[in-house]
Amino acid sequence: MFLTFIETREGKIKKSSLEALSEAKRRAAELGTDVGAVLVGKDVDCLDPTLFSYGAARVFLLEHAELASYSAQGYAAALHGLIKEAAPEAVFFAATAMGKDLAPRLAAKLGVGLATDCTAVAVKDGKLVFTRPIYAGKAFLTLRLKSSPQVATLRPNVFPAVAEGAAAGEVVKKAAALPDGAVKGRVADLIVESGAEIDVTEADVIVSGGRGMKGPENFALLKDLAAVIPRSAVGASRSAVDSGWIGHQHQVGQTGKTVSPGLYMAFGISGAIQHLAGMSSSKVIVAVNKDAEAPIFKVADYGIVGDLFQVVPALKDELKKLFE
Amino acid sequence: MNILVFIKRVPDTESKIRINYDTRAIIEDGLNFVISPNDEYAIEEALRLREAKGGQVTVLSVGGDEALTTLKKGLAMGADEAVLIKDELKESYDGLRVARLIARTVEKKYPQFDLLLFGKQSVGADNAQVPSMVAEMLGLPQANVVTKLEIEGASGTAHREIEGAMEKVVFSLPAVVSAQKGLNEPRYETLKGIMAAKKKVIPVVTLEELGLTKDDVAPQVEVVALEMPPARQAGKIIPGTPEEAAKELARLLRREAKII
Repeated sequence: MFLTFIETREGKIKKSSLEALSEAKRRAAELGTDVGAVLVGKDVDCLDPTLFSYGAARVFLLEHAELASYSAQGYAAALHGLIKEAAPEAVFFAATAMGKDLAPRLAAKLGVGLATDCTAVAVKDGKLVFTRPIYAGKAFLTLRLKSSPQVATLRPNVFPAVAEGAAAGEVVKKAAALPDGAVKGRVADLIVESGAEIDVTEADVIVSGGRGMKGPENFALLKDLAAVIPRSAVGASRSAVDSGWIGHQHQVGQTGKTVSPGLYMAFGISGAIQHLAGMSSSKVIVAVNKDAEAPIFKVADYGIVGDLFQVVPALKDELKKLFE
Repeated sequence: MNILVFIKRVPDTESKIRINYDTRAIIEDGLNFVISPNDEYAIEEALRLREAKGGQVTVLSVGGDEALTTLKKGLAMGADEAVLIKDELKESYDGLRVARLIARTVEKKYPQFDLLLFGKQSVGADNAQVPSMVAEMLGLPQANVVTKLEIEGASGTAHREIEGAMEKVVFSLPAVVSAQKGLNEPRYETLKGIMAAKKKVIPVVTLEELGLTKDDVAPQVEVVALEMPPARQAGKIIPGTPEEAAKELARLLRREAKII
């Protein structure tokens, strides 16, 4: 069995968890085994038949009063109990904030290696092989894990989530075994930014601004553009963030976030090497810059040499028409 | 407060990465090495906590002798002590073995601590594994990717960045915290600090001292290949007025790239 951890936020399954589940299904099929999905919480239910259609043969629900709010300690202990019993060959997570917090804690509990933020998983000679970016995408590492089970986190937005299986399956509800006092830290509150948009790591389209934006007030232009594009987010270069024009959570690049959206649009970004590393695995790249020699044009599928302050509003009007 | 800060030597972010395909390793010649940027936030936070509450800040690094330069920078920023955890193996991309070295060092050499600080991930291996693994090995609570930290008596509160929001994490001390950009603005080394750092002796901890064998820290990661990303080709430049170009771009994105 390949086990996939299913993350929920405010009662909804994360799309990136379905991507991980779907990939587990494809690789498990190659190795002639099936897939389990696991949810952790206080009173969890299967939510809907989605998990079966994305490939789970079984859905495990691990429950304990201590698991009402997220803690890496509590969740790792609950998962560890299930893994010792069910002995999966592999355990997949989405490489989300939670996945990246939880998977290493679980791997250490199991005493096994971990492949972080994978962008490809393959089967070679009957074994899993993981590919992942290093140096924020300046190079790619392909690795095998000698330990078992094989634990990996999968980058959001990379693996297709395909619903093709049955709409029903087995649900296994279990009380998680948690020793008293096992949880010494937990999430006490969720602070959501007002009008919190989709995170750049999860967006299908990123509208990103750099030094050419000239000031914080002009990021409103990019927010307006993003507002007409479904599942989009505003990104920024390091120089825009370091100038205090926009929060660091928007920063794309080696000291920010590495992203793989379907479409990355760079406005007034020259294309420093650390920025290119963080976004060059985007499927389609658009660059708008006054400087025809800017390095960003070397990686862009479509470029406009011109004034972004004229192009952005015009593009917003055109895209608005398309989406209407 | 007794704070241990774990730092790593990495190529600076402006570096072009080149690969030696025979050894499946990056070519270090010509690279400029720095403290991993996320680790600088960890050092800064430790120094601020010491300034507010007193105590001691020790910087530690796992690596070869070349990491001594990195540790000297930590001292020059203001750390009281530095320790090299000697590891003969070059980059193994294996968080588990590094975490084992660190957890054992803490248990054997520095059992009296309040806080273990890390960067959220090294800007290089990008694993983001070691802080959580060390927390598990030592039975400590963890708060990763932290942009705000408050310590009050024997407990802490941290803001941890997640997708489009912050989690407020409460935990008891001792604890593991990993730093994210936004936590603070790291200070520069001072001349006085650099001079003082030069005089400091940096103790070296070896595997034998930790009671570990090479097998205990054998990598679980086998490097199959190290490659450059697929090269991207420059595409087309769209001519015309801003309005014309915008219209054509929208058309190409829908009709040609089929991406929107």
